Amino acid sequence: MNLSFFDQFTSPCLLGIPLILLSMLFPALLFPSPGNRWITNRLSTLQSWSIHLITKQLMSSMNKKGHKWALILTSLMILLLSINLLGLLPYTFTPTTQLSMNMALAFPLWLATLLTGLRNQPSASLGHLLPEGTPTLLIPALILIETTSLFIRPLALGVRLTANLTAGHLLIQLISTATSVLLPIMPTISILTALILFLLTILEVAVAMIQAYVFVLLLSLYLQENI
Amino acid sequence: GPLSERRLMEVRLGELPMWLATCDFSPQGLLGGVQKAWSSYYDKYINVKRGGAAGISMLLAGYCLLSYGWNYQHISKIH
Repeated sequence: MNLSFFDQFTSPCLLGIPLILLSMLFPALLFPSPGNRWITNRLSTLQSWSIHLITKQLMSSMNKKGHKWALILTSLMILLLSINLLGLLPYTFTPTTQLSMNMALAFPLWLATLLTGLRNQPSASLGHLLPEGTPTLLIPALILIETTSLFIRPLALGVRLTANLTAGHLLIQLISTATSVLLPIMPTISILTALILFLLTILEVAVAMIQAYVFVLLLSLYLQENI
Repeated sequence: GPLSERRLMEVRLGELPMWLATCDFSPQGLLGGVQKAWSSYYDKYINVKRGGAAGISMLLAGYCLLSYGWNYQHISKIH
């Protein structure tokens, strides 16, 4: 059994420059900064409208102090959305399939929310370790459980994104290999597989957008607890 | 005008080596060249009042081609 299906996740090098560098910088080109006119081009208008929508949605449930995080959360959302969606184009490389990149995004941001909470309101932050209304006998066990769940958050954030995208790309590659191999042998089965591939591609587009949203939403939730 | 100040599309084919010799190949020069190329593409295809999907699609198609070229060595090994 050949494990060459995982080769798509190695960043290919050309003249010593890895493609991951280009893949991380390219989304910046797709979001031009709007000029200082009142009415700019359609792309800028669309972009401003969607950024406004995203920021409003994220900041609607946060108090005033949390609004300082608006820029970083919105830009994180735009980054993840564009990287995930660009990865669905043929031959492109998706940096978010690398666990290193997702952990590098998740861990510092989660730690920032934790430290903000511990610094500004330490007793309230520690109070989250014990939900209200627990029976007295269960208190030690529950504190241990809540601490574990607190420390697993960055791991979960990173691994969730990595696993979802990696699994999706692998499935696409497997099913398309099956389709192309079956085409000369059993054309009807090949057409069925092609239909599955079509549905899977639609699912992958949805997953790409949902995973970006979930990442940022969870971070904003962790922030709301602590700010 | 003088050769060094003309843009690439206005340089005749025979004059190309001479034009390349007048180019600034320092990092700032290359960056400036990339910046000029990007802003001319942007102003021609994307920064129009009634643009459509074509401007961005050409960019994405170019990105796919670039990724294919980057991956070529690996892809040619399988077949």
